[in-house]
Amino acid sequence: METLMAFTVGGLFSAAIYMMLRRSIVKLVIGLVLLSNAANLLLFTQAGLLRGAPPLVPKGATQPTGVVADPLAQALILTAIVIGFGVLAFAVVLIHRAYEVVKADDMDQMKDTDT
Amino acid sequence: MNSQFALQSLILRTAAHFLLPLLLIFSVFLLLRGHNEPGGGFIAGLVAASAVALYMFAVDVRSAKRVLRFEPRDLMGWGLLVGVISGVPAVFVGQPFFTSQWLELKLPLLGELKVGTPLLFDVGVYLVVIGAVLLILLSLAEAEGKTDHHHGGG
Amino acid sequence: MRLEVALPVIIPLFFGALTLTLWRWRMAQRVATATGTGLMLLSALWLLAATWQDGILVMHMGDWQAPFGIVMVSDLLSAIMVVLAGISGFATAVYSLTSMSKRHEAFGYYPLLHLLLAGVNGAFLTGDIFNLYVWFEVMLVASFALLILGGERAQMEGAIKYVTLNLVSSAMLLSAIGLLYGLTGTLNMADIAEKLTYAEDPGIITVIAMLFLVSFGIKAGAFPFFFWLPASYHTPQVAVSALFAALLTKVGVYALFRVFTLIFTQDVAYTHGILLWVAGATMLTGVLGAAAQYEFRRILSFHIISQIGYMIMGLALFTPLALVGGVFYIMHHIIVKANLFLVSGLVYRLKGTYELKELGGMYRSHPMLALLFLVPALSLAGMPPLSGFFAKFILIRAGVEAEAWWIVGVALVVGLLTLYSMMKIWAEVFWKAQPEEHANRSAHGSAGSGVLYLTIGGMAALTVFIGLGAEPIYRMADAAAHQLLNPSLYIDAVLGERQ
Repeated sequence: METLMAFTVGGLFSAAIYMMLRRSIVKLVIGLVLLSNAANLLLFTQAGLLRGAPPLVPKGATQPTGVVADPLAQALILTAIVIGFGVLAFAVVLIHRAYEVVKADDMDQMKDTDT
Repeated sequence: MNSQFALQSLILRTAAHFLLPLLLIFSVFLLLRGHNEPGGGFIAGLVAASAVALYMFAVDVRSAKRVLRFEPRDLMGWGLLVGVISGVPAVFVGQPFFTSQWLELKLPLLGELKVGTPLLFDVGVYLVVIGAVLLILLSLAEAEGKTDHHHGGG
Repeated sequence: MRLEVALPVIIPLFFGALTLTLWRWRMAQRVATATGTGLMLLSALWLLAATWQDGILVMHMGDWQAPFGIVMVSDLLSAIMVVLAGISGFATAVYSLTSMSKRHEAFGYYPLLHLLLAGVNGAFLTGDIFNLYVWFEVMLVASFALLILGGERAQMEGAIKYVTLNLVSSAMLLSAIGLLYGLTGTLNMADIAEKLTYAEDPGIITVIAMLFLVSFGIKAGAFPFFFWLPASYHTPQVAVSALFAALLTKVGVYALFRVFTLIFTQDVAYTHGILLWVAGATMLTGVLGAAAQYEFRRILSFHIISQIGYMIMGLALFTPLALVGGVFYIMHHIIVKANLFLVSGLVYRLKGTYELKELGGMYRSHPMLALLFLVPALSLAGMPPLSGFFAKFILIRAGVEAEAWWIVGVALVVGLLTLYSMMKIWAEVFWKAQPEEHANRSAHGSAGSGVLYLTIGGMAALTVFIGLGAEPIYRMADAAAHQLLNPSLYIDAVLGERQ
């Protein structure tokens, strides 16, 4: 399972980089979406893939019984997804406004601030 | 103004009128259920925001804003304020910021009720999430409406 | 329970929320901003005083004990950085009360300013690596919005580059944190440091260290990841530029200092060797980039990059003296760089342009401003007795003692080129006569610029003070470096109660 996930993460990263290297700004943003998902999946895989119950402590006990999943990693990914959602929403608004100002979906038209 | 934007479906529009209050009540249920059981401010805020968003898609942006009553950024502001303030009471009893403080109330008929700062924090998160999601959605939809209008005129 | 550790984060968060609710009342927003940044500066000074007196301070948020809960830790480096953030935040807030137009204020400048400061202070104070990522994102989201405040074409173009590269950096940071968590099973930085000392496989640690280096390198604007910086820093409102220049890249530098003194010290010869090359190349490319520019703020932006090189040099040499130099350099740089940007803003206000070719004659018309430019400019170039001289002197001395001759050579050459660059601005803006065709340009005139002079003058006085009173500042930097070189102090402070 880890091997499969490793290849998935690798595939996502390479797809993200491929999309980001295109000239279109819309594809750039799609690349960023893939990139953040690749990072989330990497985090998920790193925490260990195991089939476990939710880490809830039964009434009266002081620790959960049996195998439980690692809740911390899931909390991290949830946080990262929320942050990624916010930032990408901003990026979408940004390219929308950039499109209105520049009137082109082309990174090559956006070199004014480079030189 | 947003005639092209809204979906022209009678079924959806009628359903949205009924779904909106139901979803809002459900979001409050999720909010109060949080902390000890699955639920909480974040997911409740998403449900509430999606209720308004559904209304926006079904009817139009202006009436969605009317349903919301408050500006989304005001909701964000108040939510953030409530969230920050919820961390402060702990300081007065000599504990670090954001330590949970609980108050046990004995209500007639209902029995025992525990309220505390985590609930306040959840309410803050709830408001921030509604505000943030709707701020983005409404401003995108309005920009879309404007360009549509513009194209229609040209 | 140490209240003061969390205050520099809580205060700007609170005032950010407050200004957001006061959206419609411009005057109230302005009063709240001045009060909020002022209170933040005071709380930062309190924190520094407390940290100086009692050693490393720790606060367990929500009373969850380390390493399970999130801790906020203030060692001397953090406290110094928070004070610097307080000073530059307060200065730019006061400055922007005059310089910011109503239109820009209406886009939410004040709430965003507070949010940015909260993110910066949170990043300085957190003792949890994932929390560091969260604060980075808070800071970035606020900075994205500040960058496009006003919505001009250049801002959009700059922002797209800025957003893209910073998101790439964040994704790498998240990946690195994930790998580190998989390796150690903890997120508390002190706990990670302790666990890694017993780690069996140094190879994977070095890989993770390099991931952190790239990620923070992008945020710090280090070679070869700095391209987003000169493409975007000259586009926003000048108060925003000044705040970015003072703080954003320095958060990246701080993060490098933190992880490469606390966590990744297993293979110093390799990791810090790479850092040294990065430092040299950053210095050189930054200053050469500046030499080719003729726009006020772009020159200053390129100089940020070359200065980042000096700070990383202090970290890379990794001797006690070099770290002192690095910390001293950060203190000097934040004050001076913010000040230079504020001066450029005042020049723009008086003359309506940032292009050196179109400016001139300001020594004759505004001698006071000329003097106030000369102080930070010469300090940046490293003239005695200003703060930059001591910062460079300590670093070069450390380089000589470590016998790293080439980096000493680079540092000296770059110092000279910085002087050239500053003198170019001096000659073009203040000394030469203004070209006839641009002589009658005036954007705002000098109305209401008294507050701006006051801010710039205050910052210039601080530069002189750091230079003339170098002894106490040096002692503080020395104590900070001592804490950095003995990670066990940090680890014991955070995890102490457990043992």
